[in-house]
Amino acid sequence: MSILEVKNVGKRFGGLQALNNVNLSVQENSVHAIIGPNGAGKSTLLNCFVGKLIPDTGSVMFDGQSVLGRSPHEINQMGISRVFQTPEIFGDLTVLENMLIPCFAKRDGAFELNAIGSVMNQKDMLERAEEMLVDMNMADKRHMHAASMSRGDKRRLEIGMCLSQEPRLLLLDEPTAGMARADTNNTIDLLKQIKEERDITIAIIEHDMHVVFSLAERITVLAQGTPLVEDVPENIKGHPKVREAYLGESA
Amino acid sequence: MFGLETKDAKLLLLVVALTMLAPFLLNPFPVDSAMAQFNAGYPDLMQRFVIFGIFAIGFNILFGLTGYLSFGHAAFLGVGSYAAVWMFKLLSMNVLPAIVLAVITSGLFALLIGYISLRRSGIYFSILTLAFAQMMFALAYSVLTPITGGETGLQLALDDPRILGTSATAEGNIPVPGLFGLEMRDTTEVAMGVWSFTFNVGYYFSAVIMLLAFYLSIRIFRSPFGMMLRAIKSNQTRLNYTGLNTKPYTLAAFVISGMYAGLAGALMASMDPLAGAERMFWTASGEVVLMTILGGVGTLIGPVLGAGAIKYMENIISKINSEILHSWFAFLPDGFEDFIVAIIYPFVGKGWHLTLGIIFMLVVTFLPGGLVEGGQRIAKLFKGKKADANGPKGKTEPAE
Ligand SMILES: Nc1ncnc2c1ncn2[C@@H]1O[C@H](COP(=O)(O)OP(=O)(O)OP(=O)(O)O)[C@@H](O)[C@H]1O
Ligand SMILES: [Mg+2]
Repeated sequence: MSILEVKNVGKRFGGLQALNNVNLSVQENSVHAIIGPNGAGKSTLLNCFVGKLIPDTGSVMFDGQSVLGRSPHEINQMGISRVFQTPEIFGDLTVLENMLIPCFAKRDGAFELNAIGSVMNQKDMLERAEEMLVDMNMADKRHMHAASMSRGDKRRLEIGMCLSQEPRLLLLDEPTAGMARADTNNTIDLLKQIKEERDITIAIIEHDMHVVFSLAERITVLAQGTPLVEDVPENIKGHPKVREAYLGESA
Repeated sequence: MFGLETKDAKLLLLVVALTMLAPFLLNPFPVDSAMAQFNAGYPDLMQRFVIFGIFAIGFNILFGLTGYLSFGHAAFLGVGSYAAVWMFKLLSMNVLPAIVLAVITSGLFALLIGYISLRRSGIYFSILTLAFAQMMFALAYSVLTPITGGETGLQLALDDPRILGTSATAEGNIPVPGLFGLEMRDTTEVAMGVWSFTFNVGYYFSAVIMLLAFYLSIRIFRSPFGMMLRAIKSNQTRLNYTGLNTKPYTLAAFVISGMYAGLAGALMASMDPLAGAERMFWTASGEVVLMTILGGVGTLIGPVLGAGAIKYMENIISKINSEILHSWFAFLPDGFEDFIVAIIYPFVGKGWHLTLGIIFMLVVTFLPGGLVEGGQRIAKLFKGKKADANGPKGKTEPAE
């Protein structure tokens, strides 16, 4: 069964057709990778899923419901979490607080006025956040200001923040860019582990083929706003069209 | 303690001590000394310290936590004052109903103005709030004269109904604001040797309200709501994509800070039962911005310090005139005395704004965290020295 159904999505920026008639179907509880050269429209496609952009044409259905026209927080409440290409975290807050906020959002919904009780008395929330920090291997950094961390750590924090919401669909936009090799492997292991432990669908954009082939069950290749092929990883590796899209660009 | 972390409880106790002992702390100089000039322990000024403290504490909940810079908060101060005076006119001279109505009314105004202004952020939000405040100021001055008293302001009269009180006292005067028989203007002077201290009911009443307001702001800062507000300041995008709707959060913060302003306005009217449109003028809105930044944006105690510093300068430095300056420097040779006085003169008296401006620029440039950061740096210096002093001692202890 597909959890995300994208039909005929098109998006134009001025004279540039960033997405052209994109059809995509992501199966529930699978890892689906979207790859393609720079500027192919991968991030633009994700933007259309989370309410950052509204496509000019086509439809995006999540679990049978259209996401178009909904605001980002509503889409998140439907069960879609996203990690951005450039880390989006709360730089002025501590790492622990960064982790607490998605936990509160998960429990309380879009708005809850609790202006009197102390955060420190929310034992269940603190426990959840601490657990997640341990999973992300950053418990020792809990009192650091998030802005002062390395790029790789920021990204791992953002992944942790999204995972702590237990989303049904997790969107990752180049999650391992800027990470040290060890952290990349760590992240792969974490995602695999999460995948085993609970029901989650992951759509991942990635340039690092090691990551793609370690995780993906299906791969869509996007070039110039159009999907070229969609297949299982084994068939993608040697596919002539893929070689052309990538090698043609890099040669 | 009181549901606070130890550090916050300590801060609260410190503020309790400072406000309760203010009549002593602010009058450190003997009455007849030349320095008596700098004594700030008279009721009028002490009341202003705490009332503007409340105003700034509330403003900081919006500006300090969410980063939304309102440039029209004086409007709520004015609304609070008008509402309180109307209660004195219609109901009774008891300050409690006046305060309650003022807080509710200013909250409603804040809800409306906030709802519209918060459709924009950044400079557009600031301009919208400024526009609303100026609009209210202009209306209060002109077409709303029947409600606001126009240019003369809203005053009490002998023929006000005061249905739960008396229109006039037995002596035929207008009654004064009070709390169950305790008049706000009641004052006791206590002379101790060469010193003199003034204890005023209005001050202590306002101080207790300020302590409650301060306590509430600590709770808000440490609450999940407060954390969300800081998250809004830090990264709205992330908050939206984390499933939180930032609008109701900012609006709630706006309304709460508007209610704080209304509370301050009501207390002003309780100390002196009249209200004028000038309380809503844009300079009044600017003043609370200065107070908050000077004291330390987003810190707990900063706004109170900033309010105190500005009100002190406004009332003390502005009173120094050239005669006083000459008397201070009389010991210098004549020509030199004139020279020194000529240099200092532009900074005192009416020139106190210049002093404030310079201090403000220095603080913003060198202490971006305001007076609070200054205090922290000094504390660090002391701690650093202590640690050094302890260091060698520690080493002389026998090793195990
Ligand atoms: N908001 C925007 N306004 C105008 N043009 C845009 C906008 N967002 C993306 N584009 C353009 O659309 C094209 C696709 O961009 P997109 O970011 O989706 O590429 P991508 O596949 O994610 O590339 P990369 O691998 O570099 O991240 C690019 O040419 C980009 O310049
Ligand atoms: Mg991209």
